[in-house]
Amino acid sequence: MNDLNLTILFASVIAGAAPVVLAALGETITEKAGLINLSLDGSILLSAMTAFAVAYETDSLVMGVVSGAVVGAAVAAIVGIFSSYLGQSQVAVGFVLTLMTRDLAYFLGNSYSRLQGPQVTPLPIPLFKEIPFLGLIFFNHNLLVYLSLFFIGFCWWYIYRTPLGLQLRAVGEHPASAYARGINPQKAQILYAVCGGLLVGLAGAAFSLSAKPGWGRPQGAEGTGWIALAIVIFGGWNPVKAAAGAYLFSFLQILGIYFQGWIPSVPAQVFQVAPFPLMIFTLLLMYFVQKESVMNWAEEKKRMKSALKIFSGNAPSALGKAYKPD
Amino acid sequence: MKIFRYACELILTLLAVFFFTTLILHLVGAPPFEAYYHIVKGSLGSWVKVAHVITTWIPLTLCACGLLYTFRIGLWNIGIEGQMMMGAVFTTFLLRFGVESDMPVFFLTLSFIAGAIGGAVWAMIAGSLKTKGGVNEIFAGLGLNFVAQGLILWLIFGPWKRPGIASMSGTELFPPKLWLSYLSFIRLSPAGLFLALIAIGVTAFMLRYARIGLSLRAIGNNPHAAYLFGLKPDRYMLLAMIFAGGFAGLAGSIQVTGIYHRLLPAISGNYGYLALLVVMLANYNVRIVPAVAFFFACLNIGSIQLPMVLQLDSSLSGVIQGTLVLATLAVHAWRNLKLET
Repeated sequence: MNDLNLTILFASVIAGAAPVVLAALGETITEKAGLINLSLDGSILLSAMTAFAVAYETDSLVMGVVSGAVVGAAVAAIVGIFSSYLGQSQVAVGFVLTLMTRDLAYFLGNSYSRLQGPQVTPLPIPLFKEIPFLGLIFFNHNLLVYLSLFFIGFCWWYIYRTPLGLQLRAVGEHPASAYARGINPQKAQILYAVCGGLLVGLAGAAFSLSAKPGWGRPQGAEGTGWIALAIVIFGGWNPVKAAAGAYLFSFLQILGIYFQGWIPSVPAQVFQVAPFPLMIFTLLLMYFVQKESVMNWAEEKKRMKSALKIFSGNAPSALGKAYKPD
Repeated sequence: MKIFRYACELILTLLAVFFFTTLILHLVGAPPFEAYYHIVKGSLGSWVKVAHVITTWIPLTLCACGLLYTFRIGLWNIGIEGQMMMGAVFTTFLLRFGVESDMPVFFLTLSFIAGAIGGAVWAMIAGSLKTKGGVNEIFAGLGLNFVAQGLILWLIFGPWKRPGIASMSGTELFPPKLWLSYLSFIRLSPAGLFLALIAIGVTAFMLRYARIGLSLRAIGNNPHAAYLFGLKPDRYMLLAMIFAGGFAGLAGSIQVTGIYHRLLPAISGNYGYLALLVVMLANYNVRIVPAVAFFFACLNIGSIQLPMVLQLDSSLSGVIQGTLVLATLAVHAWRNLKLET
């Protein structure tokens, strides 16, 4: 493994995981407000297609990225409106939208297949780039990757350190109390669905304009939405942990490609499955940590207890239940 | 009066879908009516095409019938896709023993049983995660779908790879003696059709007339009350999952024995996911499911030739199906809102 340059490896993890990080952050915000946006997988594709097509037609990358984000927000808004104001199941609407937006992306994007289009150019940050080791890992990317890094911190700060973030969490934990305190949970859920959707749309744009440039069927972003959904849970609904999860899986995937030569019988696609068993495992852990008998057992083992704490997060209590004021 | 209102709602829904589809066809610069004409011609234009539609209708209906059990008890069995895949895996596993034998019918029969068991086992895992581990069935099912997909890929590239080259095109073809017999002039296997019709009959009977249907509905409507009444929600949830997985596994078996004659990565063909839409659109009603499934199958088959004749992507069918369900949900919600005020 002489050719495994650590700097390049970590830099490619940061760049490769950028779309997944953006999508996972967006979904974390939406789910923190109690709304599940299951349409992720399709809306990433639709916004990837839109971003590429708009950037191709207008020859403007900014327009492309913005339109991708707007599409992501629009799809999320539909889920929010159906759930909050039309009283339909979030899961049902989100699932239908997943399939429908994916097909819509293939259909509308057909004429843009395999075209050579614009790409986001690398934008090294002058002084920071010179920092040994870290400089090349963090400060030698394009703008979309910087955005993904920025939003990790921003989402955490917003959710846990601002009054508005407190309201956001209140809506997700106990909408009735939030309502009593003068917050309108229905409006808040739609607002945060749209905010999360913007990030999901950015994820799509990050695919078609940077990580896997271009459009086609398949584009290469298929399945990312489901992975992001799994990572949100794996990260215990905490943006920083979710991002860490995204980097972990990106790292595993790149390692998988490196190790392809060692175990040739296992195709690289098998490694993409890894997030899902871990998601189920996290959910199991969350359930058992709440049981007293398990905690009593872990009480004596200090290390075990802290390990359990790291891996378990709490789902927002009102996740998936639409709030209806009396 | 009621019928009149339903008719109005149906027309409203169809108009909305028609409007949206025509709009996006305009957007890509295609002649809308020609596209519709080709979908109809491509699905019902000849007996061969109708047979093709029915071949698609079979797995779709089987999965939809299975989903009726889980929806009735209030479970969102999104894992149906993986259950179908596992049915195909178990079927292939068994058929591999039959390659050398001279009792093909015995092995075919056994492989169907294996398929149903495979689907049911996968569904039971999701069900147990829900009842014993507190894992929401949607996330458990979704996760297991991808695990099943990974398992198929591993099998195709690993233990069951074709001699010489392992590729995405799947495992070695089974010898024709292990193929489900079909009517050669229209390529339709009567056994598959028979199974699907049986599934509809059994499901209709179980859900409408048998005790289990009532129990499932009681638990779905109010788990706590049902529990106090002496029904065990956990057990019935597992039972519903086993039914759903069993039917989906059968669908997977038919895909292997009747259509592809091998295991390949796309063996489930998204029929499980599509069946979820079918059941939602049929308003969870077993009498409407076959018709909706037939309509969806027509759209799927009819749009296959769109790329050839009009240079459009065949995913138009998916757009129509999705819009149809969304419009139905919206109209449904609108009706409820009107009733409230």
